[in-house]
Amino acid sequence: MTEVHIRSIAKSFGPVPVLHDITTQFAPGSFTSLLGPSGSGKTTLLRIVAGFVTPDRGAVTIGTRDVTAVPVWGRNIGMMFQSYALFPHMSVARNIAFGLERRGIRGAEARALVDQALEMVRLTGFGARSPKELSGGQQQRVALARALVIKPSVLLLDEPLSALDRRLRQDMQVELLRIQRETGLTTIFVTHDQEEALTLSDRIAILDRGRIVQSGKPAEIYERPQTRFAAEFLGDSNFLTGTVEQGGVRLADGTLVQSAHPLPAPGAKATLAIRPEKLQVSTTAPNRLTARIVTVIYAGPVLSYLLETLDGTRLKLFQANRDGTILAQGATITLGWSPEHAIPVAE
Amino acid sequence: MPNEASPLPGPQSPGTGLHDLRGPHSPRKIPGWAATTALLLPAYAWLTLAVFLPLATMFVFSFLNKTPMGQAPVEFTLRHYRAFIDQGYLVRIAWNTLVMGFWTTLICAVLGFFAALALVRCTAGRQRETLLVLILLPFWTNGLVRVFSWTMVLRENGFLDSLWHLVGDGSISFLYSRPAIVLGLVHGYLPYMILTCYIALITIDDAVIEAAQSLGARWGTVLTRILIPLAAPGLISGAVLTFVPVIGSFMEPRILGGKVGMTLGTVIEDQFTQAFNWPLGASLSFTLLAVVLAIFATFSGVLKRGAAA
Ligand SMILES: Nc1ncnc2c1ncn2[C@@H]1O[C@H](COP(=O)(O)OP(=O)(O)OP(=O)(O)O)[C@@H](O)[C@H]1O
Ligand SMILES: [Mg+2]
Repeated sequence: MTEVHIRSIAKSFGPVPVLHDITTQFAPGSFTSLLGPSGSGKTTLLRIVAGFVTPDRGAVTIGTRDVTAVPVWGRNIGMMFQSYALFPHMSVARNIAFGLERRGIRGAEARALVDQALEMVRLTGFGARSPKELSGGQQQRVALARALVIKPSVLLLDEPLSALDRRLRQDMQVELLRIQRETGLTTIFVTHDQEEALTLSDRIAILDRGRIVQSGKPAEIYERPQTRFAAEFLGDSNFLTGTVEQGGVRLADGTLVQSAHPLPAPGAKATLAIRPEKLQVSTTAPNRLTARIVTVIYAGPVLSYLLETLDGTRLKLFQANRDGTILAQGATITLGWSPEHAIPVAE
Repeated sequence: MPNEASPLPGPQSPGTGLHDLRGPHSPRKIPGWAATTALLLPAYAWLTLAVFLPLATMFVFSFLNKTPMGQAPVEFTLRHYRAFIDQGYLVRIAWNTLVMGFWTTLICAVLGFFAALALVRCTAGRQRETLLVLILLPFWTNGLVRVFSWTMVLRENGFLDSLWHLVGDGSISFLYSRPAIVLGLVHGYLPYMILTCYIALITIDDAVIEAAQSLGARWGTVLTRILIPLAAPGLISGAVLTFVPVIGSFMEPRILGGKVGMTLGTVIEDQFTQAFNWPLGASLSFTLLAVVLAIFATFSGVLKRGAAA
């Protein structure tokens, strides 16, 4: 169990700044996802922790050791890559033993550890195979075993599951989580799959253009996004913009929307985020808006509706398909929601 | 495969399952063997014409007692294949030739591998293209010009000496020596090695190297445990492409070796151009070919065992 600290890290590639002054901490034994759109700097941040990229400024500490100037091979990290990156000319067992050999562990001791690692990823008996003779999922499990067998201080994963198909990816998520819990390894997981981030992590850090815009428990970020970006990137959201007035937000059409959360000073502009599944068809809720159904999307267990209010604001509504009734396209309905679910967010 | 030749559809005896594997039958079916033959014919015709015929002619020549030109009758003989026994100095020349081939190949392998590695790991885009073109430049220059320009550099009071005189006295010229021959040969054949290694190295996924580093491997380990084994096919084909022509080379040994430049290549060339003893030249060529094949057979055995271990 090791803590990882990142202090004031900045990095530019040529004139392009990629990371701006990032400070964060990965608690011992925690599973943190770095989530963000393509190009936001997730991989760069992970590679700085691994040591493949040298930051322009700032420091990386693993445990109590400042590793900013330590080369990759001296950092004792476990790393998993999107492309598996198994050594194609070595058997599965020799792949796993590679890191052990670097630590002077050979012979019977190494064999025992390799077998143990294979058992952990449920590939007992696959040691003699060549990586070519394995499926994608099996290869990725070998890569995991190879990373774990050296008992790294921290496990770094760069979209390790994105090359797998959906079913396999879900199986691997379960597997990964089980192994992470068993080993108690501090894990940093890069992904741009929000669902994956929500299911796997203790903590999510959302990156946008080289900055961590919000970090916290998955539920905390989902229920209380602080910025429009966070609300939009993690899950879906409706946004209502207006002016703060009488403890609520006055929209352009004159509706006053109540919020149970602290709002900016009266007179200021404010944006409220409301999750589409928190809207209901209701004429009695404290907050109400009338809108016309533009599109109906039937997705089995969930029904999605795209709506438009009178002044053209677009809204989304998600409904569980509880009794098979589908609202008609073109119908005008009244949407309601509780002040609890209107979250003020920064633009 | 007599069964396969049958274009008739219908019940087939077991063991002719190949038809079933070819997918849906098209209405106008050309039998597989016919298509294969038609497609391969140009290649085989060309091989026969360009490689096999001249080689076969030379092979026949090597059993004749004299060059079959003019009216004099010729006889078959195995005499020329005894040349290494009858003319003992040929063994020494053959040994020198193999040593020359060995050093040239070794130096090419070391330089070529690291040059290719530098190209793959430290360059990108335009810069890499330019460097690749520069590496190929020796191919574009006439071989004779290339070798003679080395004599200008290496001769006494040549370019090399002029440079040396900036710092020291005397002469470091080594024209007409074995190292001079090897130098000329390395210059000529290095591009092959660089290209074959480059092709092998460029296919190695960066992540594989990074994975090794993350597991604690330093550069030396990455080099010996990852890069060299994965680039082995390139190194081997580069070695073959270098060793074979170097063993038979005669221009470099003659021009840069002078008196010490007796190699099998020059001896064979002499048989054709000076002594007009084509049969001896041919038999020496085939002996050389046999030696080269034997060497490769030995090495491929060693390599296979090495890979299996
Ligand atoms: N070696 C490099 N040289 C120059 N620019 C780079 C380099 N590596 C990354 N970048 C740039 O840095 C920015 C961030 O890249 P990074 O790979 O960290 O993004 P990411 O968040 O991992 O994106 P993705 O989800 O697509 O993997 C990108 O704009 C990218 O073009
Ligand atoms: Mg990335």
